[in-house]
Parts: sequence; C-alpha cells; structure tokens
Amino acid sequence: MATRPNWLMRNHKIFEKHTFILIAGILVVVAIGGLIEIAPLFYLKNTIEKVEGVRPYTPLELAGQNIYIREGCNTCHSQMIRPLRDEVERYGHYSLAAESMYDHPFQWGSKRTGPDLARVGGKYSDEWQKQHLINPRSLVPESIMPPYAFMEDRKIDLSTIANEMRTLRQAGVPYTDDMILRAQDDAKAQAGGDYDVDSFRADYDTLSGRTGTVNVRDFDAMRGDPSELDALISYLQVLGTMVDFSTYEAGDLDNKR
Amino acid sequence: MTDRLPEIDTHSGVETTGHEWDGIKELNNPLPRWWRFVFWASVVVAVIYWILMPAWPALPGMQGHTTGVLGQSDRADVAGEVSAARAARAALGAKLAAQDAASILKDPELSQLALGLGESAFGDNCATCHGAGGRGAKGYPQLSDDVWLWGGSLDAIEQTVKFGIRSGHAQAHVKDMPAFGRDDFLTAAQIDDLVQLVRQASHQTADATAAIRARPVYDANCASCHGDDMRGDRTQGAPNLTDEEWLYGGDAPSIRRTIFGPRGGVMPAWTDRLDPATVRALAIYVHSMGGGE
Repeated sequence: MATRPNWLMRNHKIFEKHTFILIAGILVVVAIGGLIEIAPLFYLKNTIEKVEGVRPYTPLELAGQNIYIREGCNTCHSQMIRPLRDEVERYGHYSLAAESMYDHPFQWGSKRTGPDLARVGGKYSDEWQKQHLINPRSLVPESIMPPYAFMEDRKIDLSTIANEMRTLRQAGVPYTDDMILRAQDDAKAQAGGDYDVDSFRADYDTLSGRTGTVNVRDFDAMRGDPSELDALISYLQVLGTMVDFSTYEAGDLDNKR
Repeated sequence: MTDRLPEIDTHSGVETTGHEWDGIKELNNPLPRWWRFVFWASVVVAVIYWILMPAWPALPGMQGHTTGVLGQSDRADVAGEVSAARAARAALGAKLAAQDAASILKDPELSQLALGLGESAFGDNCATCHGAGGRGAKGYPQLSDDVWLWGGSLDAIEQTVKFGIRSGHAQAHVKDMPAFGRDDFLTAAQIDDLVQLVRQASHQTADATAAIRARPVYDANCASCHGDDMRGDRTQGAPNLTDEEWLYGGDAPSIRRTIFGPRGGVMPAWTDRLDPATVRALAIYVHSMGGGE
C-alpha cells in the first residue's frame, strides 16, 4: 500500500503553503478555460452573421423599445423564435442572431406568459395594437395582460433620445451624426408629423440595405406630438420585419451557423 | 525528503500526504473507484462528442467550426421538418383548391382535414381580432353570420385572407370612405341628418323629417357606393346600411363618427405568413362558420 508519493503530490505543497503562488496558479488554470471559450469570439467572423435588412431602430422605435422595457413587457413576452417546428409554424421563421444585433439589451427569453413577439410586426393592425394596449380584454376576453391605457395621454419625452442614440453608438450601433442631430424631427416625422420624411427614410434604408423597412404613419390615429402609443406601436410593428425571408438563404453556408 | 516513503497514519492505517500544518497531517484517501470511472468516462464522452457534433470553433478551412461527423444542424432539422409538413399540406391544398366549397364539405375526410387545419390556424392568427369562433368585436367583423363586406363565397374569403384589407399589399382590398366631416365635404347639420337617415333605414328610432332632408345629400354623396337602396356594394366593400349588423355601432354617435371620418379598418395580408394550403383551409373554416355562400 505504501508507495512513493507521486510527483504531483510531492510538488503541489508549494501551492498549499504560499498564498500568492496559489493565486497565480488559479489564474493560470482559469485563463486556459477563458482563452478557449472567449478568445475565439474576438476574431471569429461568424459569431454575428451579417444579414441584409437589419438596421438600427429609428428614434421613434427606440423610444418604443424604452417603453417596452420600462413596462416590463419582456417579463411575459420573449422575442426569440427557436428553431423548432412548432415555433416556426406558429410564429414564423426562427430568429437570427443578427436580428437583435442592435438591441441593447436584447429581448431573448424562454418564459412566455404571453406569446413571442419576435415577428409580431405587421401581424395586427395599428388600431388593433392601440385597442389591445388600452384594454386587452376588449379584444381577447381570456387575456391576462394588464391594460396600458395611460399611454394614450402621455407624449414621449424626446429630449433624451439623441443622447440615447449617442450611447448606443458607443455600443456599436451605426447611427450617423446626421441621424442623431435630426432625432427629434425624425421621431415626429415617422408618427405622421409634418416633417421631411424622404431623407429620414433614405438614411435608414441605407443602413438596412433594403427599402420599405421604415413604417411612416400616424400609429395611434391621434394628431399632435407622438404619444407613447405611437412609439410602442411603431416598435411592435417593425419587430421581425427587417429581414426579407423570401430571399434569405438559410441553406447558404454563410447562414448555416 | 521527497524521496521518502509515505508515512502511514497509525490510527487509520492510511498513508498521509506528507504535508503538515501545526502537527496536523492530511490523510491521502484515494477517490472512490466509481468516481474515477465516471470522471474518465465523461472525458471519453467529450472526445466522442467533439468528433460527432459541431464543436471546435475557429479551425481554418472548416466554416468557422468543426461540423462533426454527423453534420448535425438545428436549422437544417427545422427546415426539413417544416418543409415536410408543408409538402404534406400541399397535397391537401391542391385537393382543396380543385373543388368548390360544397363538394369539399361533402367529402368527410377532406373536410375534416381542412376544418382541423383551418381551426388551428384561425386560433393562432385570426381569433385575436375576429374572436374565438369568429364572433367578432367592435371594428372586427363577425365571421359566423351571413353579413359580408367583401363577399362570402369561398374564393372571396380566400382573396381577403390572402391579401387583407388596406394591408399595404398590392392586391389588398382598398376602398376608403371619404372623410365627409373632417375634410369639410358636408356640414355638421347635413351629417346629423344623414345619421337619422341611416337609423331610419336600419329600422331604428329616427327623426323622419331629418331623414327626408338627408335623402338628396345621400343620393349625391353616398349612393355611388352604398347604393340607391342603401344595401351596400360588396365590390367596393360598402356595407349594407339597412340591416342591423354594425361594425362600429349603430347608435347615433357611432354613425356620426363614421360619417365624419372613415374608420379605415385594416386586415393584414396573410399570404407571406401562411402557406397556400393553410390559407385555403382557413377560407373553408371561415366559410363553414355559418355564413358561407
């Protein structure tokens, strides 16, 4: 039974008796795992696939996303369609990583008290969204969603939107100086205000790489400055609509990751 | 010291590690055999997994990662499953498209398939507006009655499901009622009179003299779509004003609001979201709710 202690046993006494050598040893071991798991992400081109159509949110949509997060919509609604047949048949094409590349924070999740919203854009009319937000049970009697009628009376606060875009730019969202400068006008223009729509549209179409991803209309059918309903509905109506899946090649090797 | 044989603890008979802290020595009990077996087995399983499944990133010339001997891909799997389901439905869809509503409903197997598929698709996509069972809501037509804005034949229903109403799709039904009040086509008094005319036509209590005053206004402004007899025109989506079915309410304020400015209800186009067989099944399901023609 009594054999000679092996090399490891004889030598790792040094770690047990010297705190700083122990710390250094731990750092070396952890770094090996870190290098293998994290380092490739810094140079792998395919961690985020580039998909035509995905663009940053417009100021109005961004304000809508802020309301979405403020009201905690994400606690009941995910925005992530998994590549499973039942989900694809119900909600549409599975979500691509690129579709949330400009989401800060992203809205993935698996807890669905309400349905997934990753492709809710265009599924219902603006009027439906408005009515449903004001009183969900007027349209879906069995719904347990809380009403958000107060949004009707609240104008969105546009004074901070330019700074929010600047912040997002630091996180890699490619807003141009021009977009940030015009943010307030763009938000009003998108909600049907009397502003320059064409250059606003053109700028976001350029980032998108395809036309027609910017919805411009009076989302809440109430005149005046954009309400919180305008912002939230514009956000909901763009979800999942940026990528044109009739031309998206899922079988393409570049997209098969 | 390092070459010495290990010391045996006299109490337990187990060798020590030789490490000592203030006179306390550590026993060198070996790990249980089963534990070591599980440890090495999991290492072996990991290696097998690397070989079979997509695993290692960033090896050059390998599409960004090793694809594994099995070539497993969740995306390919779901694409295969969905296209298999669609192919199975396409056969059903072709059968459904080849026959008219009456003969489909006569064929028990076919009608069961169509109604089953239609019902589940309706629950996922349509019931949020049109209500479970197609009972409708204010602003969203009831589908289980025989009142149709754009036609209640199987083909007409399928058209509407496919392209929607004011959906932005090129083939959508689009016909907007003018905003008679908002755009100053009519005065407030004329609109009030028209409200009474519509109420009279739909057999509700109404001011008869106001209705008489409104008749020439109706003929000049409304009759081209809603018809001289006020029974509407399905080719233009103009509702029948003489029945008791109301999309936005038949009380005076609701009618006045509609004449003042159109409601412009929108139904999305479903042709990009649903495959043709599902659309056809939906049309058959809606057709069979009670009011199909």
